[in-house]
Amino acid sequence: MSLLHWAVLSPFLLAIIVPFLYKLFRQIHTGWFVLILPVLLFTYFSRFISLTKQGEVITERATWIPSLGIHVDFYLDGLGLLFALLITGIGSLVILYSIFYLSKVKEKLNQFYVFLLLFMGAMLGVVLSDNLIVLYSFWEFTSLSSFLLIGYWNERERSRYGAQKSLLITVFGGLSLLGGIILLSIMGNTFSIRELISQSGELMDHPLFTPALLLVLLGAFTKSAQFPFHIWLPDAMEAPTPVSAYLHSATMVKAGIYLVARLSPVFAESGVWFWCVSIAGLITLFWGSFSAVKQTDLKGILAFSTISQLGLIMSLLGLGAAALHYDTLGENIYLAATVAAVFHLINHATFKGSLFMVAGIIDHETGTRDIRKLGGLMQLMPITFTVAVIGAFSMAGLPPFNGFLSKEMFLASMVNVLELDIFNMETWGVLFPVLAWVASVFTFIYSMIVVLKPFTGKLQLHLLEKKPHEAPIGMLISPIILATLVIVFGIFPNLLSSSIIKPAVASIQPNLVDSNFQVHIAFWHGFSPELWMTIGIIVIGIILYKTFPKWKRIYQWLPERFSLNALYDNGLNALERSASSVMKFLMTGSIRTYLLSIFLFFILSLGFALYWKDAFKLDTGNFAPIGLYEMVLAAIIVIGSISILFAKSRLTSIILLGAVGYTVSLFFVLFRAPDLALTQLVIETISVALFLLCFFHLPLLASRKEERMTFRLNNALISIGVGTIVTLIALSAHSNKLFDSISSYYLENAYKEAGGKNVVNVILVDFRGLDTMFEISVLSIAALGIFAMIKLRLTGRKDKS
Amino acid sequence: MKQNDLILQTVTKVAAFVILLFAVAIFLGGHYSPGGGFVGGLMTSAAIVLLLLAYDIKTVTKILPIDYKLMIGSGLFISSLTVAGGLVFGVPLMTHVYRYIDLPILGHISLHTAVLFDLGVYLVVVGVTMTIIQTIGESE
Repeated sequence: MSLLHWAVLSPFLLAIIVPFLYKLFRQIHTGWFVLILPVLLFTYFSRFISLTKQGEVITERATWIPSLGIHVDFYLDGLGLLFALLITGIGSLVILYSIFYLSKVKEKLNQFYVFLLLFMGAMLGVVLSDNLIVLYSFWEFTSLSSFLLIGYWNERERSRYGAQKSLLITVFGGLSLLGGIILLSIMGNTFSIRELISQSGELMDHPLFTPALLLVLLGAFTKSAQFPFHIWLPDAMEAPTPVSAYLHSATMVKAGIYLVARLSPVFAESGVWFWCVSIAGLITLFWGSFSAVKQTDLKGILAFSTISQLGLIMSLLGLGAAALHYDTLGENIYLAATVAAVFHLINHATFKGSLFMVAGIIDHETGTRDIRKLGGLMQLMPITFTVAVIGAFSMAGLPPFNGFLSKEMFLASMVNVLELDIFNMETWGVLFPVLAWVASVFTFIYSMIVVLKPFTGKLQLHLLEKKPHEAPIGMLISPIILATLVIVFGIFPNLLSSSIIKPAVASIQPNLVDSNFQVHIAFWHGFSPELWMTIGIIVIGIILYKTFPKWKRIYQWLPERFSLNALYDNGLNALERSASSVMKFLMTGSIRTYLLSIFLFFILSLGFALYWKDAFKLDTGNFAPIGLYEMVLAAIIVIGSISILFAKSRLTSIILLGAVGYTVSLFFVLFRAPDLALTQLVIETISVALFLLCFFHLPLLASRKEERMTFRLNNALISIGVGTIVTLIALSAHSNKLFDSISSYYLENAYKEAGGKNVVNVILVDFRGLDTMFEISVLSIAALGIFAMIKLRLTGRKDKS
Repeated sequence: MKQNDLILQTVTKVAAFVILLFAVAIFLGGHYSPGGGFVGGLMTSAAIVLLLLAYDIKTVTKILPIDYKLMIGSGLFISSLTVAGGLVFGVPLMTHVYRYIDLPILGHISLHTAVLFDLGVYLVVVGVTMTIIQTIGESE
């Protein structure tokens, strides 16, 4: 356990204490206690910048399951550090913002911050783990905490729906990621990412390579909301706005991007990777920006915009893979795509984070996020407006903000695609810049909608729930910091280039980046194609924005029922319906039917196995002599069992059953097994008493006229069948001795190893103690289940939804 | 019909304590003679069931105001702590430690960590049996 391990563990540890802090200091907003941790972590991680800048990496190991080769290896390089800084930095700002956003009186703050801390720890684990199994565990943890956070207002139906949707989709992807990880470990015989990277050349030719690649990508795409799995992200906007800003824009959805970037050195040489990543990214980019324009909910626009921007980063990572095929080029133009991806990742976190916070402020101060109701807030909320302008213009790709720079680099990379001559790019390559350009036009339009609709136009006070005014200063600090970063990174992009971007690019493309490689980001490249493209975007964008009501109808071309959401809803409904019909068919509620099918299966499967394997064998040589006692006891059992059938009342049959049970325990006495005899005796006593008690307290049952058991051939056949099979198996088991009995081992070692003379008990508590442990757990679950079923049925639950 | 439980109740008053004592005895003696947590727990439940039969649930809950669900929980807790205890000392899970010591009056006896584990089993068994019986008995 190193300091790095403690750093990742610390959010989890704090999460344990948070509920107590909440209980003890009710008058202080819990967020203040929580805020300390990400700030500390941010300072801790920023100390590593100087190390990774020189290309050094930090590795720390703690053993977890050494027998399976699973260690908690943390590996801090440029890429991991970039994400760690984003997680802790944005995390600090979001927590500060949430302190003013969430009321300490009304909200369940203890839960909120526990979930948020779980997420933070899990996310740090994802980006720092070198071991894929550890990474996967943290990965699922982020899905889980995201689920909890989306469903934070769990009394709302939409929240629950969104939470379930995100969980189903991301966990589905997580499972496929696990499959990919297992395939990778089979190929490379290791779970370590670094070791996999070092043997990436051999992995390429392995037959499992492509399946592994696709499975891993499926995991990354679901997490990063790539088309067609993006549908969960807009519904995740039901979460409180700080959560949306943090998880669903700056960090968690970028986990998929992280994974693609991290595993690029393993997979990127393959054409499948290039095509999948860049095409999925481009389609998502286009579809996200296209759908964003039609949204009326401010957070809805931002959600689709996030989808689209994630697609942009993804497509750049895909294009960056092309660089591997041109490693002889001195000035590798495709490497620029990777640089742009990393740069845009940072920029997106800053401008999107600030925009989300603006949306939260508007929601908080006016009571609505519907852009049809909002308008004219510019005079009332000047500071918020300024932040919104900076964020939205950066998102639209306007100078002098950082979004302009990364957008230019993005367009340049797309134009460079035209020169590619691998993977059949000559024919389809032209689609890349075209799609990118069209998507950018829509990006421009929705960016304008985000900033212009709420802030300009006419103020319609009667539509708003509250009288709007400027937000409290505490809520403004975080978006102002982010907006400042937008400008600073825009004007001085090279602040980041050698300290953060270059080391991160070096982790994604380790073979291409050497010490001579320099990232230089400049404002002015002359009148290059990308500049003309940007000018075109602005001109066309303004025209389309002005004429939006005229072409709005194209969104109705695709009817609702063909949308992906409808597919998801119908699929889920069909699944639930078919599951419930299977349940109805199998679970009739009649114990007799259950027993019939269980016994029938028992007879058929065991009888068939006996016949097929020719397993029946009778070896009389080993039989003990049958004495008078045994004869008498057996006779009692037979008489008792048969007379149960003819008993007139249930009470009689229960007492008879008890008698049979006691006689069986006498057999144990005869064979000198006092423990068994004792147990059997007590169990018989208790179960008979239980039955009697039931009858005593269930007067209805007792007074009802009891049906006489009638003879049924089926039942008779089945019961005789069960008896025969058991007898045959018992006889064969006695006659077939394939192994030495283990009992001699127990007899010898009970005293030597466990210091006990009662072998039965020694087995129970020592030799097979783990069995006992689980048995008592099962018993407990059964008891609680019975309690719950009976008690909860009595109180009667009503669904309020 | 008014039932006359006088004989049963009188016998129960004595018998229940004898059974309880016997249960404790076989629980503690489990490692060397027939018995142990499982049987001991069942025996204890049998004593309580006898009380339930002779009297009724209300009277018995008044005499023994025990939440059996909590008993299950504490039993599981004790057992799992014993199981996990080995980790603290850097030995595998469930490692069984015992010592022989001489005490005044009691003489030469042995102390086992298994007894702690068995105590958990004992509590769970009593808790489970009594939860089930009580729940079914109480329901209308």
